Amino acid sequence: MQKKTQKKIKPKSQFRTLIGLTFKQTYAKIGGFIVLAILFLAVFGPLFAPYTFDEFVDVPNAPRSDTLMLGADFFGRDVYSRFLNGGRSIIGLSFISTVLGVGLGLLIGLFAASAKKRTDGLIMRANDILLAFPQIVFVLLVVSGFGTSIFLIAVTVGFTHAPRTARIIRAAAAEVMERDFIKAAIAVGEKRQRIIISELLPNVTSPLLVEFGLRMTYSIGLVAAVSFLGLGLQPPAADWGLMINENRGSLTVQPWGVLAPIAAIALFTIGVNFITDSFAKVAIGIDRKGKE
Amino acid sequence: MKKIRDFFNQGGLMLFILGRVLAGIPIVIALSLLVFLATQALPGDAAVAYLANSATPERLAAIREQLNLDDPIMVQYFSWASGVVQLDFGQTLTGEVSVSGLLGERIQNTLILMASSGIVAMPLSILIGTYAAVRRGKLFDNVSSLVTLILASLPEFVVAIFLVFLLATNVFQIFPAISFVEPGTLAWADPKSLILPSLTLILAVTPYVSRIMRGSMIEVMESEYIQMARLKGLSERTVIMRHALPNAIAPTIQVIALQLAWLAGGVVVVEAIFAYPGIGTIMIDAVKSRDLPIVQAITLMIAALYVILNILADIGTILSTPRLRTKYARKNDTSDVFAAMDGDQ
Repeated sequence: MQKKTQKKIKPKSQFRTLIGLTFKQTYAKIGGFIVLAILFLAVFGPLFAPYTFDEFVDVPNAPRSDTLMLGADFFGRDVYSRFLNGGRSIIGLSFISTVLGVGLGLLIGLFAASAKKRTDGLIMRANDILLAFPQIVFVLLVVSGFGTSIFLIAVTVGFTHAPRTARIIRAAAAEVMERDFIKAAIAVGEKRQRIIISELLPNVTSPLLVEFGLRMTYSIGLVAAVSFLGLGLQPPAADWGLMINENRGSLTVQPWGVLAPIAAIALFTIGVNFITDSFAKVAIGIDRKGKE
Repeated sequence: MKKIRDFFNQGGLMLFILGRVLAGIPIVIALSLLVFLATQALPGDAAVAYLANSATPERLAAIREQLNLDDPIMVQYFSWASGVVQLDFGQTLTGEVSVSGLLGERIQNTLILMASSGIVAMPLSILIGTYAAVRRGKLFDNVSSLVTLILASLPEFVVAIFLVFLLATNVFQIFPAISFVEPGTLAWADPKSLILPSLTLILAVTPYVSRIMRGSMIEVMESEYIQMARLKGLSERTVIMRHALPNAIAPTIQVIALQLAWLAGGVVVVEAIFAYPGIGTIMIDAVKSRDLPIVQAITLMIAALYVILNILADIGTILSTPRLRTKYARKNDTSDVFAAMDGDQ
């Protein structure tokens, strides 16, 4: 009981302690370093590119040389410059879809948890139905109906996150709803809106952050996979997912066009997951149930 | 075995299973509506989208006719759905073959891929999880924790391309980078074509299940009845194999079902990378050419598989949890079983 009261009074300072404890762990430190490095690369990379992303600099698949750090791609463009330009789109889109999806899921989860039992059940049943579509399959379904558009893909990826986040948040919020201070707030006649914002929300920040980190790694996988399948960004755009797809045919002759973007995607997802996992251990102390 | 058979004979469980299966039907109907709404019912014209530049008035009219696009939306849905009930998903928009005919062999190939991945991944993850739990804090546990954490982070196409780089093209040339299967034969006619795609899927699902298994096993190993078993003087081997493992597996069943369902989505990308002749490759082609009947059919089948796996997982959880089993045997009220199951998770 003591602990719960503390949580209620000082959610912010406790939260800071959690972040502090997280980054005391070696994995979180490594993850933080990787994430910062890749973010820097994605944001400021284009400034360091020796060529533009779409100019022809050599014969197709030219090997590495003094002027071309990573050789030329299947078209004769500089792999290094394209690599430096290719992070913005994928990380930006993933971030947007994660914010949209986790935000929507949070709203649904909090609403359901604080609703009447019947409304709650109805929302969650509908929610469960959406879970039947694997995320990539649903994205492909929508692309086949609407056609490829970057904006649409970000929104759809976000949409597929929402029911999954909603389930986690609802479960966490339902537990909070059972606590005495919520019952007191209801007894006093607090408005539901106020209960959601100032009582429920501060008490689900931990699962929310874990969910955000997890969804971010899935977003990157999904957005990159869609580009990789040739359904996302279209040539001549520079994008890590698209680069892998374009240069896959010349993997044996000139592997850098594939290796550089794939290493960046891999490192970024590993970094995010290292932080998420460390935070989850400190804040919740459990492993996640599985990939969905 | 006898116990299970006796239990089935009581009728209680059969009723529960029946109820659970019946509850799945409205869900599948809702799914079919969603699939339909997300594609055909959109503003914009599916026929125009499909024909793109090659649209002539005659061809547009033909496609419209085929998809019933001129009818009201509910009529379109019902004429599609009444076909689906008889496993007739209509003609592909190229018009040459029926969707069911096109998918028949492909579905088998995909199921072969999913099964061969699942059959290796599930025992493997139970083994890794159990061993890591028994050796908690030791070298094996630490290494497997790190490796599973890294593998769990990686998108499956990253793993797939890395495997191609390592085992098919650049470093070693052991396995084919492209899964060629003779048309007319199934994938196991040439097991080599299966190796890299299933290895990718195995590496994608094993980390999750083994981490859950480890957690569940640790919890069980700390329980009082395991202490009791040790105090009785049983060997550690017997304690683990006979007393701990069966109890630790029950909570893992739901996760296994979840991962098997995930495989149904994971195969789409993995098949496309290895050009494996399953429904995934066809789906990507159909999405690119915007051949709606094919996409609708595959999406609905994958979603229905998820529902079926969930029903199986619920039944599996009940059968493998003695407390739920007895609770169920006493009452025939299915709602109580669900309540008990929720409490157990």
